[in-house]
Amino acid sequence: MVAEHLAKAFDQDISQLRGLIAEMGGLAELAITEAMEALVKGAQPLADGVIARDKKIDALEAEVDQLVVRIIALRAPMADDLREIIASLKIAGILERIGDYAKNIAKRAARIEGRTQFEPLTLLPAMADIAASMVHDVLNAYGARDADLAREVMERDAKVDAFYDSIFRNMVSFMVENPSTITSAAHLLFVARNLERIGDHSTNIAEQVYFAATGGQLADRTDRPAN
Amino acid sequence: MRVGHPHDMTEYDAQGSSGMSARTPIPWPGMALAAMTLTMLNQTALPKLVLVLVGLFWLLSLWVEWLRPRPAPQMVERPTPNAPEQVTIGGIRASIEAMGFPLVVIDHSRVLAANQAARDTFGRHIIGQDARIALRHPDAVRLLDMADGESVTIRGLTGAGSLWQVTRRRIDAGHWAIELRDRTAEADISRAHTDFVANASHELRTPLASIIGYIETLVDTPEGMDPAMRLRFLNIVLSQAQRMQALVADLMSLSQLEAEKHDAPTEPVDMNALAQMVTASFAPLPGQRESRVCLTLPGDGVALTVQGDPRQLEQLLRNLVDNALKYGHHDTPVRVILDHTGADGRRPMAVLQVIDQGAGIAPDHLPHLTRRFYRTDPGRSQSAGGTGLGLAIVKHIVERHRGQLDIASEVGVGTCFTIRLPLTGARLNAV
Repeated sequence: MVAEHLAKAFDQDISQLRGLIAEMGGLAELAITEAMEALVKGAQPLADGVIARDKKIDALEAEVDQLVVRIIALRAPMADDLREIIASLKIAGILERIGDYAKNIAKRAARIEGRTQFEPLTLLPAMADIAASMVHDVLNAYGARDADLAREVMERDAKVDAFYDSIFRNMVSFMVENPSTITSAAHLLFVARNLERIGDHSTNIAEQVYFAATGGQLADRTDRPAN
Repeated sequence: MRVGHPHDMTEYDAQGSSGMSARTPIPWPGMALAAMTLTMLNQTALPKLVLVLVGLFWLLSLWVEWLRPRPAPQMVERPTPNAPEQVTIGGIRASIEAMGFPLVVIDHSRVLAANQAARDTFGRHIIGQDARIALRHPDAVRLLDMADGESVTIRGLTGAGSLWQVTRRRIDAGHWAIELRDRTAEADISRAHTDFVANASHELRTPLASIIGYIETLVDTPEGMDPAMRLRFLNIVLSQAQRMQALVADLMSLSQLEAEKHDAPTEPVDMNALAQMVTASFAPLPGQRESRVCLTLPGDGVALTVQGDPRQLEQLLRNLVDNALKYGHHDTPVRVILDHTGADGRRPMAVLQVIDQGAGIAPDHLPHLTRRFYRTDPGRSQSAGGTGLGLAIVKHIVERHRGQLDIASEVGVGTCFTIRLPLTGARLNAV
């Protein structure tokens, strides 16, 4: 629990900032799950909804930017407050990127043909579940200022990477065997890539949460071996 | 945020009874100036106008202090015995605490109180923070701005697959209660039901087809069949029937797990004793000198207690050891290692590892291992008597116990399954 500040207005600013980040996070989370649902089921209205809501994320990011500048200019925060504010600013940027990846997935929903008997499509939801759970948990870690949970989320990224490698190979062999589906399969490759990036960005948020909570930097992940 | 706090009342009370003058300072600066001017007046002969001005100035200063119109003090009504009791946040906190569903009290933006169930669901950090920290789902954020009494059904509020009905109710001007009802279990049961039927019918069809095939052959040739051949057929029928039996048992425990996955188990389970019991049950086969399973208990000798369901934890370890024996090389040992983390200040967890030395699993397969009926090598799995559900069951048990499952494998070397389960609070301090 962060100590109360003498200036109540400062507390309100920080509370408002954290609220905005949480709201962005909620939108990003929903964008991932709905984009995947739209992709798998071919639900175009759902995909359109995701694309339309991305504007809201962008608007919130701009609001966070303004608020952060105002807090720094007016209140000259120090120590853990400053860390918290800087981390929030960075997290807002990362969440906006995650929203973009989800929007990109939603845009590809319309380009998949022969959905019902398209086998690679069954591999993606499990990967999306892990990526979405990383985003979910890292936002919980942000809310609770929980450095341990942030570290756990970082460690989970290896699973998403393993999934990506597996799906990549599966997809390539599928394309070799079924050249007629290459267009659709290529789109799915990009979807897998987007999910992998979402996982990476969750670890970036985890780093910021850890930094805000402890003031330390998490050691960089050991790079996974190149394929 | 205080609503009718007792202190406010006593303060205004004192003011009302002893009058205003007791608190009002005499206008010293004005009086001093006036006195100074009067003494000077005796010595020098100032015009009368100055005297009049000073007098006016003094009167003005008196007016400023005593007669200036003041805002009426905000009196808080003293609760009379007949009037309804005042609502205080402390009172609300106490009365919602024991409710069986999460309830959060908010003002215009912040969470003021959250009962036990809400703290369990969202964490205790939400109190005092912006309401969006707890309810960040876009539909929930929308609800925060909606009219009183509105209700929304939200999917994914507390993780994938969760389903909540969230209602906003007004307490008084400026305070609202957010009531959360968990509908996940109800939604899950219907889904689990369809899954079960789909899985069961698909997987039971194969052994059933072969049983029917062999029995038809036996029926069609009542006398012509050679006894050795008939015995072989009957053995195949028996083994297929046994396979179906194992499959039904696994499907049953899986659907049981699905049904209970939302109520965390509460029994304290001694992991040391459990590991010893399970490893001892894999007794050496006749003709073998010693068991292939060897157990290593924590080096520092602590007894690890987790909150769990002993039957399920036993099934978990049994499934893992069973797998390791099946897929490890025949003459190699299967190591079961029980240990704990938490010494370095991180969250204390019991760590259970089952390590075999065998062919290992290609990295491509690792992410899919815990899927139902996923087999890396269908032929081998069936000849070993696997149902394809063992690891799915392990994963579900770990999830129900709020633990983690990690699988590491190297082709040609072997596979290591690591389970981490949170240690109970009492153990946490002793470690």
